Amino acid sequence: MTVMDTPNGFGYPRPSATGPAGSEPEEQPAKSVTLADDAELDLSADEAAARVEQTLASLDAELVGLAPVKRRVREIASLLQVDRARRRFGLTSSRPTLHMSFTGGPGTGKTTVALRMAAILHALGYIRAPRVHTVTRDDLVGQFIGHTAPKTKEAIARAAGGVLFIDEAYYLFRPENERDYGQEVIEILLTEMENERGDLVVIFAGYPDRMATFFSANPGLSSRVPHHIAFDDYSYPELLQIAGLMVASENFRFDEAAHQAFSEYLSRRMEQPRFSNARSVRNAIERSRLRQARRLVELRRPLRKEDLVTLTADDIYGSSVFEDSTDKSG
Amino acid sequence: MKLRHGTFSYLPDLTDEEIAAQIRYALQRGWPVSVEHTDDPHPRNIYWEMWGLPMFDLAEPDGVLAQINECRATFPNHYVRVLAYDASLGRQTTAMQFLVQRPADEPGFLLTRIEGVDRTQQYAVTSYATSRPAGSRYVSG
Repeated sequence: MTVMDTPNGFGYPRPSATGPAGSEPEEQPAKSVTLADDAELDLSADEAAARVEQTLASLDAELVGLAPVKRRVREIASLLQVDRARRRFGLTSSRPTLHMSFTGGPGTGKTTVALRMAAILHALGYIRAPRVHTVTRDDLVGQFIGHTAPKTKEAIARAAGGVLFIDEAYYLFRPENERDYGQEVIEILLTEMENERGDLVVIFAGYPDRMATFFSANPGLSSRVPHHIAFDDYSYPELLQIAGLMVASENFRFDEAAHQAFSEYLSRRMEQPRFSNARSVRNAIERSRLRQARRLVELRRPLRKEDLVTLTADDIYGSSVFEDSTDKSG
Repeated sequence: MKLRHGTFSYLPDLTDEEIAAQIRYALQRGWPVSVEHTDDPHPRNIYWEMWGLPMFDLAEPDGVLAQINECRATFPNHYVRVLAYDASLGRQTTAMQFLVQRPADEPGFLLTRIEGVDRTQQYAVTSYATSRPAGSRYVSG
């Protein structure tokens, strides 16, 4: 700071951070008014509450099942809403820590929920943008000494103000190799997660059993992640419902026989190895679209809209799941 | 003498919030931002030392501020500037560059008049600070 910072003489007054009050943005004073002790605050009147309610409603509508997850998301949303209300009364408390771990089998909706979570956190003003930066081990761990820290910091910089979603987080820790750089990533993440000012939310995601060993091997990490959310595998009726939603959202529909065929397919597929819930359902639908396309081309006649949107039982029975009970290729 | 360098050079020194706001503007325009420092702020010295590589694909200024603070901590007596490079075809130029740190004590520049042939006058500008070797310039006291 030098003399020139306070312009006089030829200088003319400019708005600065320490300048006159007239330069403050308009809405600033309205927000900082502390409510009286006996004032009443209607949580639902909060303009953010409407946006949150909208996001939660779409979470309920578009995601099948996952009752414990939805309950937890609602709890977190309420916590932030109450925190906002407390601040209106001038009650200061430390920012709630919202780092999370999502554990669940493949295709149980961890990434989708992370996106919704970002929208909710943004609506409540906890993060600056409803952005999810998804990274895996490759994006964080370097290839030689001194490469890891800049790489991790770069990933953190890209996720700043949003959500850092670490997929398959357990790969960061490789106990069999003590010189593995993954440990360094964990240490950098820890300091960043401790940072009170930062509004970065880190979500660790992975399969339940491996995440359990990951957290037990890194107790420091486990204690800084207050929200452990478990995603259960979908049940058979839930998967059928998901299939219905997926087909409808792609502007297709099953005909009567295809409904029957698909539920039959699903019960067979669920018993096979490497069944990954909603992802397997999506893949099955993609493959039946493929078979439908081939069938339509081979018809060699003009097509109507009806033909284009309908998936028939044949499209589903063509799956390798039905070929032979001994064939496990799925 | 206060060095006037780059964009906003005649404004009071920017606060960290203002720096963040300017960087956010650059990032929104799609300009990658980099940090540079020097202890030889001669007006013709356009190449300063790079502090790390330019930062691409950022959405928020936090990462840049972290780099600025690291650079400030390492070189507390250097000039530090932030560059925003516009890579769009047809522009391809530094869109914005502004100081984010200056040494506490800036001795200024010496203007030397050089007499040439036929009594023509030429001028040279020398920073007083550069009379000392690189690294020990701008050390107060």
